[in-house]
Amino acid sequence: MTEPDAVSGVDGAAKQAGRGANEEGEGTIRRVTEPDAVSGVDGAAKQAGRGANEEGEGTIRRVTEAKHHEVRQTTTRTITLEVTRYRPGQDSAPVLESFDVPLMDDWAVLDGLNYIKDQLDGTLSFRWSCRMGICGSCGMNVNGEPRLTCGTFFTEFGDGPIRIEPLKGFPIIRDLVVEVDDFLDKLRHVKPWLIREGEELPLTTEHAQTPAQLEAYKQYSMCINCMLCYSACPVYVLDPDFLGPAAIALAQRYELDSRDMGDRFDMLNLDEAVWGCTFVGECTKVCPKHVDPAEAIQRYKVTAAMRSILPWSRR
Amino acid sequence: MIDVLIVGGGGAGLRAAIAVAEADPELSVAVVSKVYPMRSHTVSAEGGAAGVIAAGDSLDEHCYDTVSGGDWLCDQDAVEAFVAEAPRELIQLEHWGCPWSREADGRVAVRPFGGMKRERTWYAADKTGFHLLHTLFQTTMKYGEIRRYDEWYVTKLIVDDGRVHGVVAVEIRTGHIETIAARTVILATGGCGRVFPFTTNAAIKTGDGMALAYRAGAPLKDMEFIQYHPTGLPFTGILITEAARAEGGWLINKDGYRYLQDYDLGKPTEKPKLRSMELGPRDRLSQAFVHEQRRGRTVETPYGPVVYLDLRHLGERKIDARIPFVRELCRSYQNLDPATDLIPVRPVVHYVMGGVHTDLDGATPIAGLYAAGETACVSINGANRLGSNSLPEILVFGRRAGTAAAAFAQAHRQAEPPAVHAQGEDERRRLERAREGNHGGDRIADLRERMQHTLEGAAGIYRTGAELAKAVDTLAELRERADGARMDDTSATFNTELINLQELHTMLDVAQTIAACALNRRESRGAHQRTDYEARDDREFLAHSLVYRAPDGAPSVGLLPVTITRWPPGERVYGRD
Ligand SMILES: Cc1cc2nc3c(=O)[nH]c(=O)nc-3n(C[C@H](O)[C@H](O)[C@H](O)COP(=O)(O)OP(=O)(O)OC[C@H]3O[C@@H](n4cnc5c(N)ncnc54)[C@H](O)[C@@H]3O)c2cc1C
Ligand code: SF4
Ligand code: FES
Repeated sequence: MTEPDAVSGVDGAAKQAGRGANEEGEGTIRRVTEPDAVSGVDGAAKQAGRGANEEGEGTIRRVTEAKHHEVRQTTTRTITLEVTRYRPGQDSAPVLESFDVPLMDDWAVLDGLNYIKDQLDGTLSFRWSCRMGICGSCGMNVNGEPRLTCGTFFTEFGDGPIRIEPLKGFPIIRDLVVEVDDFLDKLRHVKPWLIREGEELPLTTEHAQTPAQLEAYKQYSMCINCMLCYSACPVYVLDPDFLGPAAIALAQRYELDSRDMGDRFDMLNLDEAVWGCTFVGECTKVCPKHVDPAEAIQRYKVTAAMRSILPWSRR
Repeated sequence: MIDVLIVGGGGAGLRAAIAVAEADPELSVAVVSKVYPMRSHTVSAEGGAAGVIAAGDSLDEHCYDTVSGGDWLCDQDAVEAFVAEAPRELIQLEHWGCPWSREADGRVAVRPFGGMKRERTWYAADKTGFHLLHTLFQTTMKYGEIRRYDEWYVTKLIVDDGRVHGVVAVEIRTGHIETIAARTVILATGGCGRVFPFTTNAAIKTGDGMALAYRAGAPLKDMEFIQYHPTGLPFTGILITEAARAEGGWLINKDGYRYLQDYDLGKPTEKPKLRSMELGPRDRLSQAFVHEQRRGRTVETPYGPVVYLDLRHLGERKIDARIPFVRELCRSYQNLDPATDLIPVRPVVHYVMGGVHTDLDGATPIAGLYAAGETACVSINGANRLGSNSLPEILVFGRRAGTAAAAFAQAHRQAEPPAVHAQGEDERRRLERAREGNHGGDRIADLRERMQHTLEGAAGIYRTGAELAKAVDTLAELRERADGARMDDTSATFNTELINLQELHTMLDVAQTIAACALNRRESRGAHQRTDYEARDDREFLAHSLVYRAPDGAPSVGLLPVTITRWPPGERVYGRD
């Protein structure tokens, strides 16, 4: 159940697990033979773990015994996927496990994960649904970068291996699944709905909005809530209270909508909101939908600055 | 106890939730969804939503297009209600902020769509479902009383003495199993395209709500009517929206010939002509593909035969303005640019016309149980849905179901009967047993694939009685084997294998009803084409299939007359003036 203020189902320690990740420092990619650093989340994940890691540390488990079943195209080529495994209560820390899967020209990383789940190891957990880049559920770290796995193709990686880890910056629930409830609370906080005053139009009449007025906010309405920008954001990673790129972009989506009469100044003009952004711009670089959250933030800084100088100038 | 519990956070579920909150803020309302609501499949809808708004259009014409498009299997009272309320719902969405595409003067713009005689399809570029769903989801956040159970999976409806009393659900994240008591339940779980191997549908579309209702004793209706969309990308099944043809795209065969002209769909024109050629209905276009293939005029690829969708003559500017997502999908997933390249396409399973049998308010025969959206069958789609009718359908009937459920919950305040607890405990034990694992048996994926290929082989675009009869047996056998399927994952935390196993069971139930209904319907109508019964037979089959689960678990099919109000059965005419 997710009520606006509900505490998440994941225990506190696991939360630290995710956060702990980032204390490792940004951009640290250590060798897989050192699972302590693998995926950069384990430091604290250890605290979350309750059971022993049978495999022992320092190993990559290999699962190759593929039953090459109904492979859609005959191939003898394979590629190695190194995948984070973490089961609370069973693994003391995330480890990498490596799987050989058919190297198909038109497979995305997500197809590889599904091959693992269907044919090699049914216990691998990850989220996906639309496989067409629109539902926003399949974000993971692929070779160190936050990506949508349904839209990231094997062809990009030559002979591999490809390393697939959970999105950084979030607590890990299990394997490749991270907790994102924090974002939904933040989204709700910025009032992501059309705020109107006075009498509503009857349901026979639409508000007029010209193509130019639509264009003014359209880009910010394209956010699929995939969380790649949060994962890439160095500020969020250090300060979980930071409102973050997508929530600010979506606040702007309504602020710039000609039909909206609300005012989100008090939520946005804060150190934990637009002023927390140090304009690294990573969010915009990783955004698969060209929302450009960095621009949304910068633009609101200008708006907020104007408002401070000229308090009567609303919007 | 929750007053209105909604299973499903897609367009239908969220619209219902708002309707309940607006009907009476004192009522408690909950949305249970196996994915975060904004991940629901509605997000993938591309082309648009039909609603009469343009000058020169009329409600009657929308009704007629829908009824003839559905080959007269629609209930016409439902169609009339739907058509009358659709524009209001689309305007409501506009008031909630949906970024509809606009005309230069600021009015909402409409585009042509397949099988529609007028331009009446509202659109938000070609991400209509995405904008509609996010608008609804963000708007629900305004209503503090709407409580969410995100990533909870419903496994059972609790029904006692002909009345629903709640559900049993698993919190996927923790594995916690809970009986959630409720005065009313609305099923808004979407379609079941994943019972086929090649589909536009997202992974979550496994027909859960249909199976839940069916197991609880409610009938499903018209399950044999499966829509193939003529233009899916060959490997992934990703949809290229009909809007591409509405904007002027052509379907051509291996000789570059616009082959639809050979199938009684009109003559090719430069500009798109409504209800003609590429803007004919989907069933007829998908059937034409099969004939082209038999004539050897399709192109072979590793992923089966294809024809081409040609958008090159539209030019880059129009493509970017009207169908940018098509270009994005082609570039990312097919490695080609529709501005310069032909798009290989083939028919792909897209939508199920059938579903849980309901009345015009979404009520099922089980008291307190409602259904809305793709999982329901109010019967506006008949034997073939028209593109852009289902987004307004989820809004119109989501709202109606929400309002009706709210009224039911207000009128029936009694406490839960003891049976609720007992049934909940039984279900808990069943799930816990499943989670103990099972190292023998077939892999879930293998059973799923066999089911999918069985259904594709027998219940595809063209069907025969002999093949369907065989499929009914094979599916029954697969159902038994699924009981002993292999389960390696014994973890409580985010156990997706446990969910996949439940989904396999629901899909097998649904698959059986599809095969059984198709076998029983000895005629050809809309999306159901029997090569052993080639003609439509209004004497015998101007009727819905109604399928119940017999005590031994097998499907039992009967018929229910169609409601005709103003449009007596006639010939479906496309491309002839
Ligand atoms: C690619 C594509 C494009 C389309 N384009 C158009 C278009 O342009 N115009 C048009 O009119 N129609 C279109 N359609 C059809 C239309 O999108 C769907 O019919 C409609 O969105 C279905 O909405 P829904 O609310 O019924 O279900 P969905 O959006 O599928 O939502 C189902 C919900 O139920 C939940 N759920 C399911 N099972 C369970 C369970 N066991 N426990 C808990 N929760 C559960 C899911 O989590 C989800 O929230 C398209 C369909 C596809 C596949
Ligand atoms: S702004 Fe871009 S990266 Fe961030 S959540 Fe939205 S779509 Fe994803
Ligand atoms: S699976 Fe939906 S965005 Fe990748």
